[in-house]
Formats: sequence, structure tokens, C-alpha cells
Amino acid sequence: MNLRNAIVVVGLAGVALSAQAQDPNLARNLAATCANCHGTNGNSLGGMETLAGESQKKLLQKLDDFRTGEKPATIMHQIVKGYTPEQLDLITAWFAAQEAEGDEQDAE
Amino acid sequence: MLSRRDFLKSMGATAALGTVPGFANAAGNGARGHVVVIGGGYGGATAAKYLRMWSQGSVEVTLIERNASFVSCPISNLVIGGLKQIEDITVSYANLQSKWGVKLVTDEVTAIDADKRTVTTAKNGSIAYDRLVMSPGISFIPGAIEGLDGNEELVPHAWKAGPQTALLRKRLEDMPDGGVFAMHIPRAPFRCPPGPYERACLVANYLRQSKPKSKVLVLDANGEIQSKKGLFTKAFEGYGELLEYVPNSTLRAVDARTRTAELEFDTIEADVLNVLPPMRAGEIAIQAGLPLINDRWVDVDWLTLEAKGVAGVHVLGDALFPAPAMPKSGHMANQHGKLAAAAILNLLQGMAPNPTPVVMNTCYSFVDGKNVIHVASVHQFDAASGKPMPVDGAGGLSPSANELEAKAALAWAKNIWADMLA
Ligand SMILES: Cc1cc2nc3c(=O)[nH]c(=O)nc-3n(C[C@H](O)[C@H](O)[C@H](O)COP(=O)(O)OP(=O)(O)OC[C@H]3O[C@@H](n4cnc5c(N)ncnc54)[C@H](O)[C@@H]3O)c2cc1C
Repeated sequence: MNLRNAIVVVGLAGVALSAQAQDPNLARNLAATCANCHGTNGNSLGGMETLAGESQKKLLQKLDDFRTGEKPATIMHQIVKGYTPEQLDLITAWFAAQEAEGDEQDAE
Repeated sequence: MLSRRDFLKSMGATAALGTVPGFANAAGNGARGHVVVIGGGYGGATAAKYLRMWSQGSVEVTLIERNASFVSCPISNLVIGGLKQIEDITVSYANLQSKWGVKLVTDEVTAIDADKRTVTTAKNGSIAYDRLVMSPGISFIPGAIEGLDGNEELVPHAWKAGPQTALLRKRLEDMPDGGVFAMHIPRAPFRCPPGPYERACLVANYLRQSKPKSKVLVLDANGEIQSKKGLFTKAFEGYGELLEYVPNSTLRAVDARTRTAELEFDTIEADVLNVLPPMRAGEIAIQAGLPLINDRWVDVDWLTLEAKGVAGVHVLGDALFPAPAMPKSGHMANQHGKLAAAAILNLLQGMAPNPTPVVMNTCYSFVDGKNVIHVASVHQFDAASGKPMPVDGAGGLSPSANELEAKAALAWAKNIWADMLA
């Protein structure tokens, strides 16, 4: 489980966690909202980007580029605006901590 | 009665707890119990898989589904339009058992007893649960349209994918050039707000190529197109004379034998008549006496998706009364599945459910064989109203129909089917 990592990363990024008791699996739950398109645990079967194992920095940069319009998108520029920056921190940290299944196969 | 021991025995050696591939931690996450899931559609299959995955196999899950394999409603309009085959939208349930250790029971649930916490099945007797997930989809309101009940062979709905999808395709293939394909859309809310308009486009797309003298008549009980209105209006215009959209067309009765539709102010004889009947929650939810809103949809608590006042019964997907601006979609049912799985695992450990859940939706619609439009939204739980509310300024529509999103739509299908079933 990578929640501890997630919290550390979020902490380092200087994001204040809400004072309200937060669910211990919040990052996992939020990331699961992306899995319909990006695959379970961020392992896409193709046609959508795999998020598992991507660096958090890169993921956050992409999301920010979608938000500002820097990176053209068909749909992500609309979806990214539905999540708070804190949620995006949790989500990206969680995906960064997942193993990409494709990589595993490559290594074999 | 299926006991825990029977359950374990039935899982066999390959799928015994802890040896199911993918579960690093044989002890699981601390949640214990037996969850029965009714319905292996978009909501139920997702809940079953995620309960096993997130509990690391420590929670037992039995999925009861009447059909032997999953047939998807999303993409089924492409089968009706002749662009895909029924095999392309059919997925096996086998991985849920072999990979995730879900016990599959191919059967019909005939009753539930929420006090005793048991479900009754047609062939497998009664099965006990600690928590029940119900994702039965929709049922058609009996008697709503005179002459329709029992005539779904003559007047297909094809609003549940499977034999009905193949039947409607066959009717369309058999229709002579110059024939009339009439479809009726009931008053909202119904399953998949953009779905009927996508179907109208794909039928017109097929007829334009194969039977150009024919006509698509879209008889909508609503006053206007219910989803992606501007985009569908444009798509309809592109079909010219071939497609006619008639709002405020309430269907009173059908003569199934002659395929005649009796509207409030008009009577139409069609060569193929496709009626989407008025809908409500799946039969089992109605029959179980769950609390309904408008006599149709189950009233749920949005942090757990438990039916209001019925402890231990979680209802997902199309069957529930939606929160504001929440569509009855497969995408949303999958999100409900995850929300419920997370809540159930917390509850089984004596913990409160996640106080800040988020769900989101994307629905792609084909307007012809190559071009697609989408609608998207994100819904954040709002403690004041106790409901997930759409986030202002997020989500939206495609600027126009485009080919890029056709690729996205097919990739969406592949990935969501895997997210549920692989
Ligand atoms: C033509 C069409 C196109 C669509 N396109 C899209 C799209 O592009 N994107 C999208 O997101 N959504 C789309 N939808 C909507 C989507 O299909 C539904 O919203 C989704 O299926 C809802 O999931 P569910 O789990 O509530 O119900 P379902 O997926 O219908 O699952 C219910 C399951 O429960 C089983 N069941 C019911 N009662 C019992 C019982 N008593 N015992 C045993 N088994 C039982 C049924 O057999 C069924 O398998 C479309 C729908 C249609 C009709």
C-alpha cells in the first residue's frame, strides 16, 4: 500500500491536508475514479495513457497543462477542473507509486 | 444455504484466499465478511472485483448474475447500425473468478430478506450475506404502453443488450428500402440520456448507405433532445430528409402485429418499430420493497449507497434515484461500484465511510461511423445537501463531432470492460 508515500509526497509539496478526518484510503479511492478510462490501477489496455508508475511531477505538469489549455485535449481539460489541487496531488502520488504492468512484462 | 466453508471449497485450489494472483498480502486488509452482489453489469461487476482487489482477498464475494456472459449496452448501437458484431460487445465473466476469486453464480435472484440477510435464488436456494450489493439495472414499467407487454419480439426495445440487440439488427437488415424505422423515447429519466439519439444517428447512417429511400422517425415523448442537444441537432440535420425528429410525441399504445404506434395526436405504421418503454429500477429492487422516489428509483444514502432505512443493502447504477445532473450511465455505475466497495470495506472494519467521495462521468456517442461527441462531468460530495453535486466549470461537451473521439470511445469501452471484468 502506498498511502504513506502519498502522504509524504503531499506533505513535501506543502499541501495542507484537511482538518476533517480523512479516509485512510482517500488517494486510492480518488485514483479509482480515473480507472474507467486509464485502466485498473492506472494500467491502460491501450488508447488511453497508462498512469501507473509515471513520475508525479510529470503527471502534475500534464494536468496543469490541461487545465491552462497549454496541452490540447478532447476531454481532460474539462475533467481536470472537477478535482481540487489537493485531490490531484493525492491521485498523482498514488499512480506514481503503482507498478506499470507493461514495464513488468518488458523486464521479463 | 451457502456457508463460508462451502464458499471456500467452491473456490477450489487455484482461487483459495491468499493464492489468488495479485494479492500480495494473504492476510488481506482486515475487512472480513461475505458480500453478495446481485447483477454483473456495469455497477455490480465493478463492485465485485474492487471488493476482492481492495480487501486483498479477505472479503468473500459471490456475484449472482442471470446471464452467462456480459453483453455491453455501450457500443451496442454500433451493432444495431451494422458497424460491430455482437461478439465485439460480449465479455466473459471467467476472470472475475479465476483472477479475482469472486464466486460466480449464474442464476436469478427471486427475493431478498433484508432482516435475515439472505437472498433467494431460483436454482441455488438461499444464500446468506453480511452486506448485499444490488445493481439490477432497469425494468420496464408494466402496462405503461397499451399492447406492448409481452411483445418484445415484435416490437424490440434493445435497451438491454443481448438477444434484443441482435433482433433489432435483424429487423433492420430485413427492412425493405423505402421502409420506416420508428423509435420511441420515453419521458426522462431513462437509462443513458444520449443513447436514443445515438441510435437514431447510427440507424440513419446504415440506411443512408444501404437503403437510402428509407426513413428514421424519432418519436420523443420529451419536448427536446435530452442530452448533447446542440450536437445531436446538428447530426440530425446532416441526415436531411432521412431522419425526422418529432418532440412531444407521447406513445399511448402499440399494435405489435401491424407495428402501429398510436401517439396522442397521430398514428404511425412502421416497418420496424423500436419502443423504449418507460423505465424504473430493476424488478428485484421493486419487489424487495426498497424505498423508492417517484415509485421508480431507489432512494440511497450517498456516502454508502445503502438504500435509505434498509441496513446492509447497497444499490448502484441505473436503479438508484440520481443526484443532481447525474446520468444513468455505465460509466457512472462503475463509479458507484467503487464508491460502494470502499464504503463496504470500511463498514466491515467498523470504520466510517469515506466522508469525501468523488464520482465522475464521460459518455461518448457516435453520430456516424467515424465521428463521436462526448459529455463529461465531475461530482463532489457536498456535506450540506448530503449528495454529490456537479462541479461548476468542470466537465462539458465536445465542441463538434470529431474522429479523434471515435478512437477514445472505443478505447473507453476496452478499458472499462477490463476495469469491471479483467
Ligand atoms: C443503447 C445503449 C447505449 C448506451 N451507451 C452508453 C455509453 O456509451 N456509455 C455509458 O456510460 N453508458 C451507456 N449506456 C448506459 C449503460 O448501459 C447503463 O447505464 C449501465 O448498464 C447501468 O449499469 P447497471 O449495473 O445499473 O445495470 P446493468 O449494466 O444493466 O446490469 C444489471 C445486471 O443485473 C442482472 N440482473 C438484474 N436482476 C437480476 C436478478 N434478479 N438476478 C440475477 N441477475 C439480475 C442483469 O442481467 C444485468 O446483467 C447505454 C445504454 C444503452 C441501452
